[in-house]
Amino acid sequence: MISKEEVERIAKLARLELTEEEIKKMQKDLSEILDYFNLLKKAPKPSKTERGKGDLRATRDDETISSYDIADKIIRAFPEKKDGYIKVKTIL
Amino acid sequence: MELTALTIKQAHEGLKKGEFTSVDLTTAYLEKIKKSDLNSFISVTEDLALAQAKEADSKIASGNFSELTGIPCAVKDAILVEGEKCTSGSKMLENYIAPYDATVVKKLKESGAVILGKTNLDEFAMGASGENSAFGPTKNPYDKTRVTGGTSSGSVAAVAANEAIYTLGSDTGGSIRQPASFCGVVGLCPTYGAVSRYGLIAHASSLDQIGPIAKSVEDAEAIFKVISGKDKMDATSTNYIYQKLDVRLKDLKIGVPKEYFAKGLDPEVEKIIRDSIKKAEQLGAKIVEINLPSTEYALACYYIIGPSEISANLARFDGIKYGLSIEGEKLLDVYLKSKGKGFGAEVKRRIMIGTYCLSSGYYEAYYKKAQEVRQLVRHDFAKAFEKVDLLFCPVSPFPAFKLGEKLDDPLTMYLADIYTIPSKLAGLPALSLPAGKTKGGLPVGLQIIGNHFEENKILSAALWIEKN
Repeated sequence: MISKEEVERIAKLARLELTEEEIKKMQKDLSEILDYFNLLKKAPKPSKTERGKGDLRATRDDETISSYDIADKIIRAFPEKKDGYIKVKTIL
Repeated sequence: MELTALTIKQAHEGLKKGEFTSVDLTTAYLEKIKKSDLNSFISVTEDLALAQAKEADSKIASGNFSELTGIPCAVKDAILVEGEKCTSGSKMLENYIAPYDATVVKKLKESGAVILGKTNLDEFAMGASGENSAFGPTKNPYDKTRVTGGTSSGSVAAVAANEAIYTLGSDTGGSIRQPASFCGVVGLCPTYGAVSRYGLIAHASSLDQIGPIAKSVEDAEAIFKVISGKDKMDATSTNYIYQKLDVRLKDLKIGVPKEYFAKGLDPEVEKIIRDSIKKAEQLGAKIVEINLPSTEYALACYYIIGPSEISANLARFDGIKYGLSIEGEKLLDVYLKSKGKGFGAEVKRRIMIGTYCLSSGYYEAYYKKAQEVRQLVRHDFAKAFEKVDLLFCPVSPFPAFKLGEKLDDPLTMYLADIYTIPSKLAGLPALSLPAGKTKGGLPVGLQIIGNHFEENKILSAALWIEKN
């Protein structure tokens, strides 16, 4: 079983607040799921042919696309804003 | 004439002949949706629909219109429709207004579609039952005590219950095909790259794909033709142009993967699928048993890769740029509280799994290993398609289950997608075709998997089986 501290450490990395109850359930669920992942240990390493050539489609030219036409709508969705900028809490 | 029972083809004919108008159709659907108790819609876009219907009617009157003009449809609520709410089934985005149209929506609008509303889904498209929606589960029209499957729960229920002529869904691990099977409709998950995902709220970007859900194979084809193709706003979309193909089953070799008929497959489902395969054989197809040996690893592989991508993609919902924002003393508190309050249990679980798998010390054992296994799965299919044209297998190991039955047991829930995940990891197109019903009257879908960008072969074969 994954420890409470381990769940809290991961939640902190994910910037996720969990209640005590959620932590308890998460300990159980994550343990079961991670145990299931152990199945992959017996999978062979892929050979050169099995690795294939990889996917070369996902490259594109680097071009600027204007999105000024929707800027107002995007700003409207900010929970906190001032003069068209996002307002955030101080970090210091 | 029952206006809400028509297919795209039938409605198009009726509009062309002037038997009814798009406004007539649209009004009939809106009334039907209002009376529904299935919870298939999160929002109904009545004003938009009626305006589009009026516009469609004038286009039809002018004679300049296409097959989808004036046809009422609905869109999964993870796909943006400008000016309308887009919740992704989450409290996080309960009040989020889409600032632009997804490319698929833009294409539908250009072809004169009428958008009735946004359909229910599992939160951020994570689940296999529709029950993870923050706005309540969708009920299966065949048995309201059962799930619709997920995650495109509302999209399949709406088509099955005649609340829309067709819908758009999205499929990351089986989210179009599995619910389509549970609700007896046609659902196509296209090849990775065939349809632009611009404007689809990201779940796992190496897997996400938008596809059509319809009442017939012909209808699915008509929608796919319109929404597919290159889009400069999605770098993974390809220069793909759909070309119709007419295959005869007697010219086809159909592979039946042995691993998909193993332990855990419901005997009634197995019989229905075996009967469909027999039917294809009687129509002349050559049936070949094949092996996909890496199948047993696919589910574990998916639940590492998917959540890893989720943990990165959902980091954007931090209470700053959009969505739910909870006050906190410091910036970190805003992040923690907004995510803690905004996300439901399954989303949190997957963010945690992904963060764990990508964290220092575990990356090699989980994420890297899963990427290697993904290559094995891909290679299995590549080898299979050297020998056969298509693969026939079940969509899901069981028919629609009871609401609540698997909700507390995530691993059991994950098994519902065991037959849809492997082809997804390989980026292949696959279709769920209604193949029969269990003794209890629950629909069962046959899955037809094709090679990359061979949707035309899948659809053509499916049409044969549907007709016979």
